[in-house]
Amino acid sequence: MTPLQACLLISAFLFAIGFAGAVTRRHAILVLIGIELMLNAANLNLIAFWRFGPHPEALTGFIFVLFSMAMAGAEAAVGLALIIAIYRHKKTSNLDEVKELKG
Amino acid sequence: MIWIVKNLWLIPALPLFAAGIIAVNKQPARKLAASLAIGSMALGFLLSLCAFAATLGHHGGEHGAFREVFSFNWIQFGGQWMDIGWVLDPLTAIMLVMVTFVGMLIFIFSVGYMAHDENFMRFFCFLALFAAGMLGVVIANNLFLFFVSWEIVGLTSYLLIGFWYHKPNAAAAAKKAFITTRIGDLGLLLGMVWLYAETGTLNFYDGGKGCLESGALATMLTHATIGGMAVSTMIGLLIFLGAVGKSGQVPLHVWLPDAMEGPTPVSALIHAATMVAAGVFLVARVYPLMSVGGIIGAHGVPVTTSLTVITWVGAITAIFAASIAVAQNDIKRILAYSTVSQLGYMMMGLGVGGVAVGMFHLITHAFFKALLFLGSGSVIHGCHEEQDVRKMGGLKKYMPVTFWVYFAGMLALAGFPLLFSGFWSKDEILHAAHGWSVSQIPFYLGCAGALMTAFYMTRQMSLVFSGKYRGHQEKSNHSAHAHSHSSESSHDPHESPAVMTVPLIILAGFAILLGFVGTPAWPWFDGYLTGEEFKFDFSKLTEPGTLGLMLVSAAIVFTGLGLGWFLYGKRQRKTVAEKDVLEAAQPFIYKLLENKYYVDEIYEATVIRFNAFAAWLCDFADQWIFGGAVLLVKYITVGLAWLYRLTDEYFVNLGFDIGCEALREGGGGLSKLHTGRVQTYLRVIGVALVALIIFLIWGRKA
Repeated sequence: MTPLQACLLISAFLFAIGFAGAVTRRHAILVLIGIELMLNAANLNLIAFWRFGPHPEALTGFIFVLFSMAMAGAEAAVGLALIIAIYRHKKTSNLDEVKELKG
Repeated sequence: MIWIVKNLWLIPALPLFAAGIIAVNKQPARKLAASLAIGSMALGFLLSLCAFAATLGHHGGEHGAFREVFSFNWIQFGGQWMDIGWVLDPLTAIMLVMVTFVGMLIFIFSVGYMAHDENFMRFFCFLALFAAGMLGVVIANNLFLFFVSWEIVGLTSYLLIGFWYHKPNAAAAAKKAFITTRIGDLGLLLGMVWLYAETGTLNFYDGGKGCLESGALATMLTHATIGGMAVSTMIGLLIFLGAVGKSGQVPLHVWLPDAMEGPTPVSALIHAATMVAAGVFLVARVYPLMSVGGIIGAHGVPVTTSLTVITWVGAITAIFAASIAVAQNDIKRILAYSTVSQLGYMMMGLGVGGVAVGMFHLITHAFFKALLFLGSGSVIHGCHEEQDVRKMGGLKKYMPVTFWVYFAGMLALAGFPLLFSGFWSKDEILHAAHGWSVSQIPFYLGCAGALMTAFYMTRQMSLVFSGKYRGHQEKSNHSAHAHSHSSESSHDPHESPAVMTVPLIILAGFAILLGFVGTPAWPWFDGYLTGEEFKFDFSKLTEPGTLGLMLVSAAIVFTGLGLGWFLYGKRQRKTVAEKDVLEAAQPFIYKLLENKYYVDEIYEATVIRFNAFAAWLCDFADQWIFGGAVLLVKYITVGLAWLYRLTDEYFVNLGFDIGCEALREGGGGLSKLHTGRVQTYLRVIGVALVALIIFLIWGRKA
C-alpha cells in the first residue's frame, strides 16, 4: 500500500463518518460537525494529492487547503450564528422541528 | 283655400287629445274628464259650424256643391305615395255638425247618467276616442284614413258595449258586435284593396285623379269581372258589405240589439246617432262609385246593380226589424230594432233616391233616435235600472219632462204628419221608392214598415207611460218570497236631474224642427247636398203625386198609432205576468217575433257550428299534424343531445378525467419525496453518488 492510498483511505473513512453524522444526526451542531469532518476529509485529499503528486515543490495544494480552511472557519461561524438565532427563535435546535421557513 | 279646410283635422283631433289626456290622468279626476270631453266636443261643434257656414250658399252655381280637399303624402310603398287627407263638402259638413252636436248633448247627458259609476273616467275616455274616430270617418278624403277611423270606431264600440264587462251578457255582446262587424269590414277591406289595384289611388276627390271622379270611374266601368259585372259594381258591393256590417243590415244585424248591454248613452251615441250611421255615410260617400254607369230612371235617379242590391237589403231590413220590434219587451231592444229598421230605410233611401234622401233621414233620425235612447236612459235611470216595459207604466205622472220629450221623439220616429221631422224624411224615402223604376215591392215593404213603426212605438209609449206603475208588483212579490228584501221597500220612479233632461229638451226641439229643412215645398237639404238650384214653392206640396203619397203615408201612420193605442193604450195591462195582447191572439207569430225570427239560433246552428267544426279541425290539425311534426323534431333533437352527452361523458370527459387523475396522483406521489428535510436529500444524494460510482467502476471494468 502506497502512502497516497493510505491517505485516501483515511480521507474516505473520515468523509464517510462525516457524511453519516450529517445525515443521521438531528441536532444542528452535530450536523455541522459532520459537515466539518467531510470538509476536512476533502482537505486531506487535497494535501495528499499535492504531497504525493508530480510537483510537490509548488505549494498549490497547500495554498488551496489554506483557503479552504479559512472558508470552513467562516462557514462554521455563519452556521453557528444561524443555529443560535434559530434556537433563540424556536427554543430548539432539532432540525426536524425547524423545517418551516415561515416564522 | 279657406282656413277651415286646412284646419279641418282639428275637429277629430280635439276629442282624440281629450281622450289621451283623460287616459293618462289618475282615476278620480271626474270633473276634468267630463269637461275635457265635453269641451273638445263643444270646440269641435264650433269648428263644424264654421265648416258648415263655408259650404253654404254654393247651390245653383256652375260648379255644383262646394268641395275642397286637403291631402298630403303620408307613407311610401315602393314608388307610390299613400296620401291621406280630408274633404270638406256638404256631406261632411252636415255630418260634422250632427255628430258633434248630438255627441256633445250625449256627453252632457252621460255626466248625469254615469254619475254613480266608478269608471267614469274610462267611460269618458272611450267616448272621446269614439267621437274622434267617428269624426275621422266623416272628414276622410281617403278610403285608407276612412278605414283607420272606421276601425277606431269599431274598437271603441267594442270597448263601450263591453263597458260593464263584469256582466257576462255585456262581454258577450261586445264580442258579438266586434266579430259581426268584422265580417263586413273584411268586405270593405277587399273592396279597398281592389279599388287601389284598379285605380292606383284611394283618394275620394283629388282634382280629377280621385277614385270617385270621372276618370277612375270610367276605367272601372270598362273592366269586367266575374259574370260580366263591371269592376265598379263588384267594388261597390264589397264596400257595401262593410256598410251592412256597421249599419246592422240584414243579415249582419244581429249584433246591434245585443249591443244594448252597454250603458244607455253609449246606445244613444253608437247605436242611434253616429256609428251605425257610418255605414250609411259610407254608401253616401262612395255614391258616385255605386251609381256609375246607371240608367237614369224616374226623378233623375240612376239605377245600377249596386244600388238595386242596396235598396233590397234596406227594404228587407226595414220591414224585418220593424216586425221584430213589435214583440220585444226590453225598452232599449225595441229602440234597437227600430234603429235597425230605420237604417234599412236610409239604405233604401240611398238606393232609390240618392244621397240627399238617405242622408236626410240619417240626420233627422240621429236627432230623434238619440232623443229616444237618452229618454229611455232617463226612464231606466228613474225606474232604478229597470228595462222591462212590462214592469213600467204610468210614468207620465212621475217623469213629466221625460214623457213629453219622449212623446216628441216617438211621434218623430213614427212619422206623425207635418209637424215632426221623421214624417218628412221618411216620406221622401217612400216617395222615391214609389218612383223607383225597378220594382214597387220596396215601396210596399217601406209602407208596411212605417205602419209597424207607428204601432210598436205606440205600444212602447202606452206600456211605459200610461196606466199604473207596475214596478211595485214585482217588488212586492219579491218581498213576499224573500223577507230580506223588505228593507228595499217600494220607492217610486223619479224624474232625472237637469243635466239629463236639458239635452233631451234640446234634442226634442230638433226632432220637431229639423224636418222643415227638407220638405217638398222647400227642399233646402237636397239642394244643399247636391248643389242644385231650388226655390220655395208651396204648390209642390199639393202636386197630385206628392200630396197623394203624403196622404197615404199619413193614413198609414194614423192606422199604426190608432191600432197601437187600441190594443195597448185603451186597455191597460194589469199585471207584469199578463200575456201580451198579440200573444193571446197569435201565439205562434208572436213567439216567432219575440225570438227575432230565430236568426241567432239559425246562426248558432249553421255558421257558428261550422265555425266550431272548423276550429275543431284546426285544433286537431294543430295538435296531431303540425304538433306531430314539432314533436318529431323535438324527439330527434333530444336523441341527438343524448348521444352527444354520452360521447362527451364517456369518451371525451373520461379520457381527460383519467389523465387528470393520473397527473394528480403522480404529482401527489412526487410531492411526498419533497419533504423539506435537507438530510433526506443528502441521504439520497449520498446513495446516488455511491450508486453512480459503483456503476462507473463496473462500466470501466466491462
